[in-house]
Amino acid sequence: MTISIDPQKTNNESLQPKGWLRYFSFSLDHKVIGIQYLVCGFLFYLIGGTLASAIRIELASPMSDFMPRDVYNQVLTLHGTIMIFLWIVPVVNGAFGNYLIPFYVGARDMAFPRLNAVAFWLIPPSGLMLVASYFVDGAAQAGWTAYPPLSITTPQSGQIIWILSVLLLGGSSIFGGINFIATIIKLRRPGLKLMQLPMYCWAMLGTSLLVVLSTPVLAGTLILLSFDIIAKTGFFNPVLGGNVVVYQHLFWFYSHPAVYIMVLPAFGLVSEILPVHARKPLFGYTTMVFSIMGIVVLGLVVWAHHMFTSGTPPWMRLFFTIATAFIAVPTGIKFFNWVATLWGGKISINSAMLFSCGFIINFVFGGITGVALAQVPFDIHVHDTYFVVAHFHYIVYGGTVFIIFSSIYHWFPKVAGKMLNEKLGILHFIITFIGFNLCFAPQHWLGLNGMPRRVAEYDPQFQFVNQISSLGALLMAMSTIPFLINVFLSVRNGKDAGDNPWNALTPEWLTSSPPPVENWEGEAPLVEEPYGYGKEFSEQK
Amino acid sequence: MLNKNIYLIVIISLVFAISFWIGFNVNLLPAEASINAPIYDELFKILFIIGLIIFIGMTIAVVYSLFKFRKRNDQIGDGIALEGNLSLEIVWTIIPSIIVLLIGLYSYNIYDRMGGMKELNHNHEMMSSNSEKIWAGISQTSDNQVSNNLSIEVSAMQFAFLFNYPKGNFISGELHVPVDQKVSMKMESKDVIHAFWVPEFRIKQDIIPGQPTILNFTPTKVGKYPIICAELCGPYHGGMRASIIVEEESDYNEWFNKNKKTEVNL
Repeated sequence: MTISIDPQKTNNESLQPKGWLRYFSFSLDHKVIGIQYLVCGFLFYLIGGTLASAIRIELASPMSDFMPRDVYNQVLTLHGTIMIFLWIVPVVNGAFGNYLIPFYVGARDMAFPRLNAVAFWLIPPSGLMLVASYFVDGAAQAGWTAYPPLSITTPQSGQIIWILSVLLLGGSSIFGGINFIATIIKLRRPGLKLMQLPMYCWAMLGTSLLVVLSTPVLAGTLILLSFDIIAKTGFFNPVLGGNVVVYQHLFWFYSHPAVYIMVLPAFGLVSEILPVHARKPLFGYTTMVFSIMGIVVLGLVVWAHHMFTSGTPPWMRLFFTIATAFIAVPTGIKFFNWVATLWGGKISINSAMLFSCGFIINFVFGGITGVALAQVPFDIHVHDTYFVVAHFHYIVYGGTVFIIFSSIYHWFPKVAGKMLNEKLGILHFIITFIGFNLCFAPQHWLGLNGMPRRVAEYDPQFQFVNQISSLGALLMAMSTIPFLINVFLSVRNGKDAGDNPWNALTPEWLTSSPPPVENWEGEAPLVEEPYGYGKEFSEQK
Repeated sequence: MLNKNIYLIVIISLVFAISFWIGFNVNLLPAEASINAPIYDELFKILFIIGLIIFIGMTIAVVYSLFKFRKRNDQIGDGIALEGNLSLEIVWTIIPSIIVLLIGLYSYNIYDRMGGMKELNHNHEMMSSNSEKIWAGISQTSDNQVSNNLSIEVSAMQFAFLFNYPKGNFISGELHVPVDQKVSMKMESKDVIHAFWVPEFRIKQDIIPGQPTILNFTPTKVGKYPIICAELCGPYHGGMRASIIVEEESDYNEWFNKNKKTEVNL
């Protein structure tokens, strides 16, 4: 079943640049590509974060007084698009997936290294194109959802560039998904069984299935939308007999699974981090695998819960309520298992552990509001309000972004061979956690009491709570400073990490830090128990 | 062991007590001004209490684990090699499934009481073509008032709402309705998607171009409430507002008669 691979060189080393230059090259090394994804994603995170700050400055006062109204709509469109398609999706999938998956399956590289490099190199030009569209004739201003007819009637150049950019990023995502499926299924080291794989492999397998099944639908939809804009066809244009609700169905058929494309890899990463720092096996491995696959299946049949106030017939509202609420069951199983993993451990309270626990608390909160939003009668009042804004930021920021930081603290020693400073790391966590909750918790109240989302102005009665939220955003922006200082200081003068500073058992730690181009000097080790803490092997240490 | 169980029971009871106390005493919602609103708030209260119990419980479990099981300086080695527990997995699969199912059934009941599952009918003398397809909205009916309802046609455009009173043959920028009477609205957009939202009524329905939608409600409290567009519709989306004025029937009739135009003979 598995292809046995020779330890042959997948890279022609003499042709590859050395040192830092290789990060700017068409490198085929999965570790280099992983770092390219991470650094590129982080640069776009800084841009998206700057746009978020602009939004919170505008909303610090009830009047639309910080920027012109159409620019505000461009800013919120770019903020959403950049954070989703250029930061979270590429980083939790592309960056950590590329770096870790070949180690976890015992391979020298990904299945298709050239496709892998192409997938990465699609990202910087499409991202720059998207940002540059602002300077052409204004960026897209119909929100990241680009609902027609608004997206057909706003200035065309920005919307067309937005579509082109998202199509390229979607293509990159599909290439990555195919590559991960092939690598996990076909490149496993001989003797390594599927049920011995670290949990992140299962998360990436499930995510990649979602990517491959749903992204093409988004691509098709956006091509039809671009026809409506350029060729004046009438797929979604009501003036020409088109139907705007069809677009919403097609869009959310991708964009709800996209939420799982953003959180499932984070579920995988936290499953790697918690056992190492709690010194305990991952609790309930088999149920964790089944719950990932359960989320994948359910995730494909819940899209219409974004459309409860559009034109949806009653039976459909009912079906999507039940299907959506049931996602809480496999998701809940994962959270109970993580807490059970912590229970009875010998937990090191470090930055990676704190960010992971912050993730659990934030995500449970976001999940609870999610179950409430799944209920049609509940959703009808708060749909398209700040309640929803708060809910999904608890999922994607409080959830996934916390895990991205946790993962950086966890794997930095492997990538750089140096430790990150723990004091700065804990400071980073405290500011981020307080800032995040201060920013988004009050927004639930705003939504319940009458503040819709995507507005540049609001009733004066909401000013105080909006200012608290903006203060939280300021703290979130500041929290980046100790992180950046930490990374720059540690790359230069960090403490030497050694090969395995955490005494971890997963395969990436059983090689040097940073690892050689071929991942292991000799043959890839066979790790049958990636979470065998508390057993003979680790007691020898 | 007995002590441990007592602590556990005390903590769980405290979590429940705190959640119920917050659920019943902290009001996060605006005023209730329609038949829908108290029904909605009942659902909200239940979901809020269940959510609080789960959130507080999970947070305590995480924080307690971090404190209780933290590695002391003199400790070496690992925690216990416990890889799972089938009966626990079954418990935390089945209990959440039951809770989710019960919430689903309960919210179905709430939705039915709001009129969401009813056949939509917009009794309107001007709606002659039977072939016209109407899409769902909420169809609140209060049984004793079925015969006596006010029909209004809403059109939305960038960036305003217009309310057409077919019986009086006039169009108003403000929505005036009599209290305690069912209002039946047929809504259509002239350009992009908008939405009709009155927070105090707990109702919202998109207004879609090329596809009329229906929204029925019964206001219960005299006052002036905001009508808010909740779907991004362009640069002035945040300013797209109107007011709904709920008034006593006599006041409403006075306003209606003042604005009424005589029929134009065709």
